[in-house]
Amino acid sequence: MGRSSSTVKETQALFQSLRSAYAATPNNLKIIDLYVGFAVLTAVIQVVYMAVVGSFPFNSFLSGVLSCIGTAVLAVCLRIQVNKDNKEFKDVAPERAFADFILCNLVLHLVIMNFLG
Amino acid sequence: MARSLSGFLAPIVAVALICCSFAAAASIFQPISESHRSAAIETFARSYGSLEETYEALQTFDVLGVERKPDVGTAACQSVSQTLASSSSTLKDIFYALKVNGVLKCEVDTDSVEGIVSTLQTAVGSASSLLEFYHSIGGLVLVKNQALKDDLYLADAEGVFRSIKALSQSDGRWRYSSSNPESSTYAAGSALEALAGVISLSSSEIDQSLIGTTKNDILKLFERVEKYDDGAVYFDGEESDAHGNQGPITSTWSVVTGITSFAAVTSGNLNLPGEKILGLAKFFLGVGIPGDAKDFFNQVDSLACLENNRVAIPLILSLPATVNSLTRKDTLKVKVSTVLGSDAPPLKIKLVRAKDTPAIESQELKFDSANKVHVLDTLEKSVDVGNYIFVFEIVFNDPEHKKAYAVESKTEVPIFLTGAVKVGNAKIAVLDSDLGSIETQNLDFAGENLVSLGANHLQKLKLRFQLTTPLGHPFKPHQAILKLTHESKVDHVFVVGNTGKQFEIVLDFLGLVDKFYYLSGKYEIQLTVGDAVMENSFFRVIGHLDLDLPEAPEKAPRPPVQPADAYSRYGPKAEIAHIFRAPEKRPPQELSLAFLGLTVLPLLGFIIGLLRLGVNLKNFPSAAAPAAFAALFHVGIGSVLLLYVFFWLKLDLFTTLKILGFLGVFLLFVGHRTLSHLASTSSKVKSA
Repeated sequence: MGRSSSTVKETQALFQSLRSAYAATPNNLKIIDLYVGFAVLTAVIQVVYMAVVGSFPFNSFLSGVLSCIGTAVLAVCLRIQVNKDNKEFKDVAPERAFADFILCNLVLHLVIMNFLG
Repeated sequence: MARSLSGFLAPIVAVALICCSFAAAASIFQPISESHRSAAIETFARSYGSLEETYEALQTFDVLGVERKPDVGTAACQSVSQTLASSSSTLKDIFYALKVNGVLKCEVDTDSVEGIVSTLQTAVGSASSLLEFYHSIGGLVLVKNQALKDDLYLADAEGVFRSIKALSQSDGRWRYSSSNPESSTYAAGSALEALAGVISLSSSEIDQSLIGTTKNDILKLFERVEKYDDGAVYFDGEESDAHGNQGPITSTWSVVTGITSFAAVTSGNLNLPGEKILGLAKFFLGVGIPGDAKDFFNQVDSLACLENNRVAIPLILSLPATVNSLTRKDTLKVKVSTVLGSDAPPLKIKLVRAKDTPAIESQELKFDSANKVHVLDTLEKSVDVGNYIFVFEIVFNDPEHKKAYAVESKTEVPIFLTGAVKVGNAKIAVLDSDLGSIETQNLDFAGENLVSLGANHLQKLKLRFQLTTPLGHPFKPHQAILKLTHESKVDHVFVVGNTGKQFEIVLDFLGLVDKFYYLSGKYEIQLTVGDAVMENSFFRVIGHLDLDLPEAPEKAPRPPVQPADAYSRYGPKAEIAHIFRAPEKRPPQELSLAFLGLTVLPLLGFIIGLLRLGVNLKNFPSAAAPAAFAALFHVGIGSVLLLYVFFWLKLDLFTTLKILGFLGVFLLFVGHRTLSHLASTSSKVKSA
């Protein structure tokens, strides 16, 4: 009884510290995080749908899911490059990273649209 | 002259088939008949170009006795008068104009005649080539014959004769002129006609030695003759004949007209063998109905010359019908006539023998003067059915006629005698090896009764019958065939063999089990007996046979697939049931729409989150140019996304890529400007 309550308290404390730490992150990173969350959530909803109705137009399913996952991955790359704390990417201007992000997204979505059917 | 019409044409001979028979020598020729007349009307139906063509048409109609149209005659006469009156007409034109006049007997005024005669006489004197002689002398002869001028004579007949003779060659042919070494048979014919014309126009006797050498030339010419197997004889033209007269019909016509006109004006005979003249007649009759006008004229004109010539008149033996029926009691009729169908002098026809049939004896045919045919009416008593070659001989009542007429010594004619063959003593039986015959049934081919038999594979089927001719002899037909047809249409054919008097066939089913494909059941029995001379050839079903064969072993051959009924090939075919892949089950539309709504939720969540974060547009450049670029940047991205939507909806990849190329370049440029501007402003802020 005591041990379980202490673990609960510890997890609560953990969450609190995570939250406060997260609040410190710069705004642009938070925007990117939000974008990633949105993309992943959309992918999950599509998977649930497929689980319900079956994967008949499989290409469409793949297309949809990979579009979400792909854009999420690209957003993560952008976050890495834009984050000032990352020493490896100090020389890369954030605008340049953003331009890469846009370009890669456009290419990804061209392929996705072709595969969508 | 020799081209005058034959007298009065005999009754028309009915057209019969000319048999190409089994022996090359046995063939018959038919004299000119009604079909020739109708063909002539067709061939010469068009309007005529030159006087030569006009003459050919008119002469042909005249010889055949065909009515010519009156306007043709008037038009031709006009042309004739014009040609004869004109002083610029060529020798050839004058010649043919006079020829046409000879047929039509137009009115020609005396002035034209005088002019013509003087032109021709001058031409004769100055002629150097053969055709000049031919046309000029021919013209003068025509003037004399048509009595257009009296007392017409050649000035130096013997000199002209020698000049023409100088163009001859040693092999009997003539050259067209002294400068050209090529000679032709056609030229020989023309030369002989010209020489005959000279003789008739000369006031005094021509030197007999000259005539004698010409007769030798004729004999030499006849050594060059070509022969067919059936006795026809002709002259083959020369390839090199520059005047285009190379064909055998034209060359032979020329020679025939030449020798008949020459024989008409000379005394004594030409010593030509009668069979050669007969051969020439056979050649022309063998042509049948010629295709073009020139050949037609040549054929008919030659026959008219041969019809009554002074060398030998050919007589043709022909039969109106070569197939005679004993049942109908037909009598064999034989006719002898001239080539144009006129009557022959009184003669007798003897049937000498029939080739390979000693039973038929020599006998004389009776003459039926009403129908002008010779009749053999003893056929049915002495001659049985079959095909024979009868050999006929012609004997003249007056022995003098033998010299004047040319007949074949022995004419061979193929004859078919048909009759009804009696089928008798027909029996069909099923035989058992132990018990002998189980059931024998008599077959009656006249009646409609069908026999019904049963047999198994250990037994035999025996069929026998006899065939008898009307005269009571055994008969062997071409076909005696037995056919057994199963219910499934599989059939088997057997030939019925004969042993002297009887026809017999024994089918041993033990040996035939394999051949019958082990098919048991009802078989239809069909018998076929047939021959060309059998008038009552038959094939009929004589009964049924229930055949019991053992079961087929594993490896037995299957019966061949019977061809489907011919009509079913074109009928509708069987319906094909296509099996499509069953379509996938799709979810109900409401569910899909619900999830579509659900998908939009994260987007809304994203926008709400952005607003909570306090997203603003403060960093949007305010100066004009950068602002424009920034705006264009967003517009560019938006347009690319819009392009993707269209790509999904209706465009194809190539079009999309093309447009994307343009948009991409634009976007790169604009984006570069905007982002570099942003970068520079942020670095300024940092440094400041």
